[in-house]
Amino acid sequence: MQPGEQRDEVEMLSLMLLIRRFEERASQQYQAQKIGGFCHLYIGQEAVVTGALAAVRDDDYVITAYRDHAYALARGTSADACMAELFGKETGCSRGLGGSMHFFDRKNHMYGGHAIVGAHVPLAVGMAFAIKYRGEDRVTLCFFGDGAINQGSFHEALNLAALYKLPIVFICENNLFAMGTSVKRSTSLKQIVDRAEGYDIPGEIVDGMNFREVRDKVAEIVDSIRKEAHPAFLEVRTYRYRGHSMSDPASYRTKQELEKYRLDDPITRLRAQLTREGKLTNEQFDMLDKRAKETVLAAVKFAEKSPEMPVEQVYDYVYFNGAKE
Amino acid sequence: MREITYRQALNEALAEELERDPNVFLMGEEVAEYHGAYKVSQGLLERFGPRRIIDTPISENGFAGLGIGAAMVGLRPIIEFMTFSLSLVAFDQVVNNAPNMFLMSGGQFNVPITFRGPNGPAHQLAATHSHATENFYASVPGLKVCAPATPSDAKGLLKTAVRDDNPVLVLEAELLYSSKGMVEPPDEELLIPLGKADVKREGTDVSIICYAQTVPLALKVAAQLEEENISAEIVDLRSIKPLDEQTVFDSVAKTHRVVIVEQDHPFCGVGAEICYRIQKNIFDALDAQILRVSQEDVPMPYNERLEKAVLPNADKLVTAVKQVCYA
Repeated sequence: MQPGEQRDEVEMLSLMLLIRRFEERASQQYQAQKIGGFCHLYIGQEAVVTGALAAVRDDDYVITAYRDHAYALARGTSADACMAELFGKETGCSRGLGGSMHFFDRKNHMYGGHAIVGAHVPLAVGMAFAIKYRGEDRVTLCFFGDGAINQGSFHEALNLAALYKLPIVFICENNLFAMGTSVKRSTSLKQIVDRAEGYDIPGEIVDGMNFREVRDKVAEIVDSIRKEAHPAFLEVRTYRYRGHSMSDPASYRTKQELEKYRLDDPITRLRAQLTREGKLTNEQFDMLDKRAKETVLAAVKFAEKSPEMPVEQVYDYVYFNGAKE
Repeated sequence: MREITYRQALNEALAEELERDPNVFLMGEEVAEYHGAYKVSQGLLERFGPRRIIDTPISENGFAGLGIGAAMVGLRPIIEFMTFSLSLVAFDQVVNNAPNMFLMSGGQFNVPITFRGPNGPAHQLAATHSHATENFYASVPGLKVCAPATPSDAKGLLKTAVRDDNPVLVLEAELLYSSKGMVEPPDEELLIPLGKADVKREGTDVSIICYAQTVPLALKVAAQLEEENISAEIVDLRSIKPLDEQTVFDSVAKTHRVVIVEQDHPFCGVGAEICYRIQKNIFDALDAQILRVSQEDVPMPYNERLEKAVLPNADKLVTAVKQVCYA
């Protein structure tokens, strides 16, 4: 894909649909016990990853937390490889060894998929360090939730990034809940973005239900970083429609609150914008949605018929001793 | 060959690897302008500059993680912990990120990183600063752990660690930084493979298995035992993981008696693993029970007399050897 402004918005809407349909199907397959372990769905937050990635280059570094299916899909990992990973199959993006929380795709510069809250933020800083060390003009996008901002690793990482002036955007997806604990009950700040101020990192807030706002803000920040390396912080206000994970009925919030956000749905919003501007018809939209559903259904079939890694091969993945995959 | 200190040997290893590979950098607390808390990085800032010799704030978790992230995209970081007792602040990074990444990513991301620094009890540093961490880390699949005892081994193992494509912990012996030994001249490449033990002294009556700070102790005891007509073979493990069990077995097959002297705690300590492997593989070669001499199972007291009492020492080792030799 092309950098920022040139990415086709209809294509990005199509990506949002793919993410949503993928997650819905993952939910169903989880309930059918085809998927094990933990499974965290991204539904409701699609404008964040698509907006942010529409604003960067393909060779920029992307790293995120455990709610990661959408990042791989948005980075270009096939729905087949994503679904196969959930099924624990060898054809999965992490060969069935990582699972839902550990999606990786080296070729597409997707650096995980990290499940210990806040623990990947120092890794992201290390990737940004490498960019500066080599004198490259890449940028690292580090995504995390509002729960991560109270971990020590997060604070240490922000300080290091500021101290060494590293090219990194810390993107906090504030979906208002860390598992079942609301931001109000977890964070002693009026607004999350103020965390950045403590490290002299410029911070901004953006509406995470609005694809264009996210894209334009990230594009502006990344542009500034490419000119002269520095860290930046973006609080993206969003909402997850589902529980924290598949086992969470989300009884800590009201139906009214959920409905309020559903009315502000990021897919509906971008669709309306495009329709209003004459760039998308209802028929076209239905076709995109149909295609997304078909892609995901095909992915389930692919995952189902894919083989698992033979047991004796797992020992080859303890130490690296030769040619890379 | 020339005689240099353990500290100088490590310094040479760092300089040579920094010189050889532009992807290698050294990062940690006080490594640059202060030249290292134990002066291991003396002169490196002047020689390689602040781009590659990097001071950090006191943020072990942060800079350990930074190193892992940099390694994921192809750099070869050397991360210094001022002591491995402080690595416990970064335990999540060292244990949960570095060694898991390769498998968890289906083989896409290996982590070529070296964590190094002093390890094990030193003089009167008390409970928080006296940890021997080898058994914690050696129990983690995906990590490699070595613990050199001599300047030559320190240099050769550190250089090998930096070139390894996996996370390697080089546990330096805090009490041995000023000890001296013969080392190859700088123009000769000194690489010692991980997973290769070294018989530091040949003997026939008993095998004393040791590593790091217990090696000089074992050698001293061996000299003392010689006077009592007990011939001790000293096997320096050098690497804890991978473990060179064959060299251990060969020695035990010769002497039929074993004492393991280790610097960590007894419960699930390194000696417990070696003991298990010996009885499992060459049970019939044994003429006596295997004994272990380790730290005792108490947090380290500050008081000097009490500290000595809970550490492995010559008396404890001699007693153990005589017991297995029925002497």
